[in-house]
Amino acid sequence: MSDSFSTTRPIGSHRFAAVLMVVMFLANTARAWAGETGVPQAESGMLEAVFFYVFAAGALFSGLMICAGKNVIRMAVWLFFVLGSVAMLYFLLGANFLAVIQFIVYAGGILILLIFGVMLTNRSPWVRLDIKPREVAIAAAVGLVLMVTLVGMITVTDWPEEMAVADGLTVAEIGRGLLTTYLVPFEVVSVLLLVVMIGAAYLARQES
Amino acid sequence: MLTDMIGQPLDYYLAVGLTHYLVVSAALFCMGVFVMSTKRNAIGILIGVELVLNAVNLNLVAFSRYHAHSRLDGQIMALFIIVLAAAGAAVGVAIAMNYYKNHSSIDVDRGAQLQG
Repeated sequence: MSDSFSTTRPIGSHRFAAVLMVVMFLANTARAWAGETGVPQAESGMLEAVFFYVFAAGALFSGLMICAGKNVIRMAVWLFFVLGSVAMLYFLLGANFLAVIQFIVYAGGILILLIFGVMLTNRSPWVRLDIKPREVAIAAAVGLVLMVTLVGMITVTDWPEEMAVADGLTVAEIGRGLLTTYLVPFEVVSVLLLVVMIGAAYLARQES
Repeated sequence: MLTDMIGQPLDYYLAVGLTHYLVVSAALFCMGVFVMSTKRNAIGILIGVELVLNAVNLNLVAFSRYHAHSRLDGQIMALFIIVLAAAGAAVGVAIAMNYYKNHSSIDVDRGAQLQG
């Protein structure tokens, strides 16, 4: 068993990261190119629509795989794809900074934390905890009713659709906003992070 | 209603607007609720929470994009939510490890000490 682990080739995460970066680059340049080089409105809209549908489908498919998943490690990997697709949607929405932060904090931090949590709390990472089919049916019914209600409300409401100006300078503006308009929540959140760090270390410490 | 979204001309689907993002976000939210209520593994429940928080973030960013006057409010709120999600995940994993130490299992259905 251990032999097969040591002889199998690594998954090649660097190759995956390279593909990811290429996709990010393409998504962003396509948007910028369509916006700047005088491509007719319909064409740039179509490009955006194609990217939107690809990443929305990716997010929804990965979400469904999480719902259907029995194995927590696999669920965590599917969560990575959800987070990546949502980050791509942030790019499409002109929130470049937030998309990068999503990758760094979620994919790089929270996901690793969750996977370590799984590793530390299971005797074997392949432990299964199944629930009764009846409970699954109830939860699915509740989820579907919620979904239909929300989508119905969204489609019925007449949203004002004025686009904000997207000039790609959001990083500077967010930095300025954090130290002026949003200074108080910024400080509160930083104190909260300190408290959480101490609290989590206290909770998870080894009793001697 | 839902049926309005079926059978529209092609332009309707190609013009991606606020509604499209909101529908994706609503679907992610419901999946998160489903995951939270069906998983018995504490880490699985945390994954559901992350899904819900992502749906909320997508909502906020979409609103800040499609509203001419509040350009960055949504994005900055989404930033704070990411921080809170990280904090929640850290404390959640710490609690899960403590729980595992006490119960030798991560099954949340076994934690019934506080049940009246």
